[in-house]
Amino acid sequence: MSGRIVVAGASLGGLRAAEQLRAAGWTCGITVIGDEPHRPYNRPPLSKEVLAGKASFASLAFTPKPSAADVEWRLGTRVTTVRLAERTVELHDGAVLSYDGLVVATGMRPRRLRCPGPVEGRHTVRTIDDAQVLRDELTRPGVRVVVIGAGFIGCEVAATAVGLGAAEVTVVDPLPLPMVGPLGEMLARVLLTRHEERGVAFVLGQGVTAFEGDDRVTGVVLSDGSVLPADVVVESVGSVANTEWLDGNGLDLSDGVLTDQHLRVGGRPDVVAVGDVARFPNARYDGVPRRVEHWSVPTDSAKHAAKVLVGGEAGLAPFAPLPTFWSDQHDFRLQSFGAPALGLGDVRVLDGDIAGDVLVGYHRDGRLVGVVALGGPSVTRAAARFRAELLKQPALISQGALS
Amino acid sequence: MKVVVDMNKCQDHGQCVFAAPDVFRMDDDGRLAHVPDPDDALRDEVEEAADVCPLQAIRIED
Ligand SMILES: Cc1cc2nc3c(=O)[nH]c(=O)nc-3n(C[C@H](O)[C@H](O)[C@H](O)COP(=O)(O)OP(=O)(O)OC[C@H]3O[C@@H](n4cnc5c(N)ncnc54)[C@H](O)[C@@H]3O)c2cc1C
Ligand code: SF4
Repeated sequence: MSGRIVVAGASLGGLRAAEQLRAAGWTCGITVIGDEPHRPYNRPPLSKEVLAGKASFASLAFTPKPSAADVEWRLGTRVTTVRLAERTVELHDGAVLSYDGLVVATGMRPRRLRCPGPVEGRHTVRTIDDAQVLRDELTRPGVRVVVIGAGFIGCEVAATAVGLGAAEVTVVDPLPLPMVGPLGEMLARVLLTRHEERGVAFVLGQGVTAFEGDDRVTGVVLSDGSVLPADVVVESVGSVANTEWLDGNGLDLSDGVLTDQHLRVGGRPDVVAVGDVARFPNARYDGVPRRVEHWSVPTDSAKHAAKVLVGGEAGLAPFAPLPTFWSDQHDFRLQSFGAPALGLGDVRVLDGDIAGDVLVGYHRDGRLVGVVALGGPSVTRAAARFRAELLKQPALISQGALS
Repeated sequence: MKVVVDMNKCQDHGQCVFAAPDVFRMDDDGRLAHVPDPDDALRDEVEEAADVCPLQAIRIED
């Protein structure tokens, strides 16, 4: 190939793709298109340090590698359509660019609740701009906060709000425990208690049906008809893939963009997907395509996808990352390696004590598929040992676990 | 090669230790320690470590 590679999406995935294209030997043009006005920045602190005011918004910016110095950034405009057969993208500002290779790195946006009631006072956390507005709201004296959704981001925001001195912080979720989907019951119970001890209230097993208030939210109506008073509402109820611009090309966009085991899209050698938006089969596990919204995935997938786009698949083993995840809530940290969600049926304490620092193992067919550490250095060290073990294991798929 | 870790940013995640065990390690208190001037042969490892640091606390100065 020669000419230009277009990267759609200018966040972690887009930045790493540009850098890795250079590392893979691509010397021609690279154009990265991003609809946010900002250069790529780090999202995880948006619900943690930065929301808490412990780190500045300016500190979020990534420093690109020197090799990516000549990349062209087109920011504040989005890709509206792509014609894969003609190898062109059209931008919101009307420009049409032809490409030789295309990287899909458009990530996710927050899902919104479609409940009746006012919109003002309801927030999500995905971008710098979101976090800036939310921080101003959370630092108002005596503020009552309702967080909808007890996943990682919701629990982080709740913890941060307590730390900022909010008068009341309540997390609502239809599920019976926080973070139970990815972590399973054992850890979810422990986390519930630790949050409660630190001042977060939970209303579990209840959905939200409406918002109260005239111009601005004053309360959240739950499925049993009761009302939680609220000055600020944070919706953390999952995310939606930014794939509309790929419509009309016959692609499987049912949940992100489907890729093959080398991250190629639509069976084409000239289109790859990276990061949150990519639904890829992980050769390490059962080969079922899944999206993985972990910070480690954009970097890992960009490395593989760039090689495939520049040099083809020859000599490359299928993409088989070890997913890695962390979450900071109050004074504790969760660190996850592997795929705990694939082993929720068989969960064991591997190290430490469930009442303190603990390392939990997740098994499938008797075999370790993921570990989660909750706590400090001792379990983190133990987690590192098991991480090495996870890395050594042969793929599940070759053991006939697919049946 | 010079490796600088911004210890105000670093939160002892240890991701860098996995990526470049010859350069980064956790001390007994779980705090990060690192070799400030590793051999150039370790550049790929160190770049990987800088990439995977969740706080983006690692800088490589030539
Ligand atoms: C608040 C928060 C906290 C998090 N905390 C953690 C954590 O503790 N640990 C962890 O492992 N992960 C965490 N994550 C997840 C992690 O940040 C993501 O996995 C990562 O940002 C994914 O990067 P990406 O580049 O694939 O996608 P995104 O970061 O979603 O970037 C996609 C970019 O593309 C842009 N875009 C979309 N459509 C278009 C278009 N048509 N044209 C041009 N541009 C477009 C978007 O505006 C966006 O800038 C967190 C995420 C959030 C939001
Ligand atoms: S990965 Fe980053 S935050 Fe973690 S120990 Fe290394 S430098 Fe510190």
